[in-house]
Amino acid sequence: MLRVRVIPCLDVADGRVVKGTRFVDLVDEGDPPELAAVYAAEGADEIVYLDIAATPRRRGTLLDVVHRTASRVFVPLTVGGGVRTVREMRDVLRAGADKVSFNTAAVLDPSLVRRCARRFGSQATVVAIDARRRVPAAGVRTDGGAAADPPAWEVVIRGGREPVVLDAVEWAGEAVAMGAGELLVTSMDRDGTGSGFDVELLRAITSRVTVPVIASGGAAGPADFVAAVRDGGAAAVLAASIFHRRIHSIAAVKAAMAAAGIPVRPVPEAAR
Amino acid sequence: MSSRGPAALPRVAILDYGAGNLVSIGRALEVVGARPVIVTGAAALRDVDALVVPGVGAAAPAMVRLHRRGLVRAIRGWVAAGRPLLGICLGLQLLFEGSDEDGARTLGILPGRTVRLAGAPRLPHIGWNDVVRRRPHWLFDGIADGAAFYFVHSYVACPAGAGASQLVVADTTHGESFASAVARGLLAGVQFHPERSGADGLRLLRNFVTAATLGGPADAVRAVAAAGMD
Repeated sequence: MLRVRVIPCLDVADGRVVKGTRFVDLVDEGDPPELAAVYAAEGADEIVYLDIAATPRRRGTLLDVVHRTASRVFVPLTVGGGVRTVREMRDVLRAGADKVSFNTAAVLDPSLVRRCARRFGSQATVVAIDARRRVPAAGVRTDGGAAADPPAWEVVIRGGREPVVLDAVEWAGEAVAMGAGELLVTSMDRDGTGSGFDVELLRAITSRVTVPVIASGGAAGPADFVAAVRDGGAAAVLAASIFHRRIHSIAAVKAAMAAAGIPVRPVPEAAR
Repeated sequence: MSSRGPAALPRVAILDYGAGNLVSIGRALEVVGARPVIVTGAAALRDVDALVVPGVGAAAPAMVRLHRRGLVRAIRGWVAAGRPLLGICLGLQLLFEGSDEDGARTLGILPGRTVRLAGAPRLPHIGWNDVVRRRPHWLFDGIADGAAFYFVHSYVACPAGAGASQLVVADTTHGESFASAVARGLLAGVQFHPERSGADGLRLLRNFVTAATLGGPADAVRAVAAAGMD
């Protein structure tokens, strides 16, 4: 049976991991490959790098980080942030990534997804969707209809700074039609709040598409991961700060998922 | 060849035909004690002990590149000579006769076709899934039966004909059951990515390198005999 993946996400800028990490016994706490290796040893099923300071000028730094990671970490590696062309995707794959995720660039030009999927396959082409709950206009509904309205989400781009007129669930369907083989869905409402994944958003998208969906944004504790899978239909769960700050270990998250009847890959003996 | 002393590491060619990430498989082979050599043409195969055919993506563009580089005949000749080959993912699928993905005619070394994984709850099949042994095999020495390996694909090779059941070493289920590892002599193929499957993946690669170095058949025969199979 296919195991549900638990994925730590590392924000990378200028070749360094940013945001606080509290790992001890590391030679260099800010070195992405070193952190990735620790997570892999602890049972991470995949590693995601998000290049949050992506600029073409610094592309070489990212490629070096990817290469050094692929050279020592033998679990899958997904890289996102600032990839805008088929050629850039090729470079990231050649450096040692297994998948590349597209966010803003895909919204601005959905044909990019099709071209990349055609060249490298859907299985290597991930579309990341940052979604935010649409707030109903005040005063529009005075008949009590608002309560019955299904929730809706809009897409935000440029690192969550810019909303666009695009329904997140519709966009999910279009991205898959264009060739995306996986979606990484982040709730911007929940991201960084520790209030749990937006299970409704996940359910809306996993009901709409048949590709695997990675849940992201808002994980606080093991119960949130269970809900994202059981109620949201997620094929994988991603988190950053709760792992980086050592609030919960990957082993603890997996133990909770297993106890809830969700199939997970056992963590290596040494990490138990 | 003068640089190769008796203790030289086995040289394993990794076929580069433009099909993606070669970093991981190269490093993984180094970790298990081999010396990886990236090979783009048939001539370089003369100096190597084993061949790995990696790859992700579609069959047709892969076959175009293999033909262009004179590698189709080279691979067929390599296998016909009984030399060790490990196909990974697309590299496994290419060993069969053709692919439903884009209608490509593939290497035709093994009987059967590549078909879409019908009946799967979600495609692509991405993630760690159980690899269940159908028979003991040296490829899985030291690896627990049912251990999870990393998959990322939508199509699977479907062995056909009288010898199909002997070909299949292990199965995996995603909606339906499919052959996740096949082998015949020193020719082996896996649908999952051992270079992305942690310690068990490295162990499988080490088993392949070991079999290739020993000349394998003896080792393979021993493993099979020990398990009381014929």
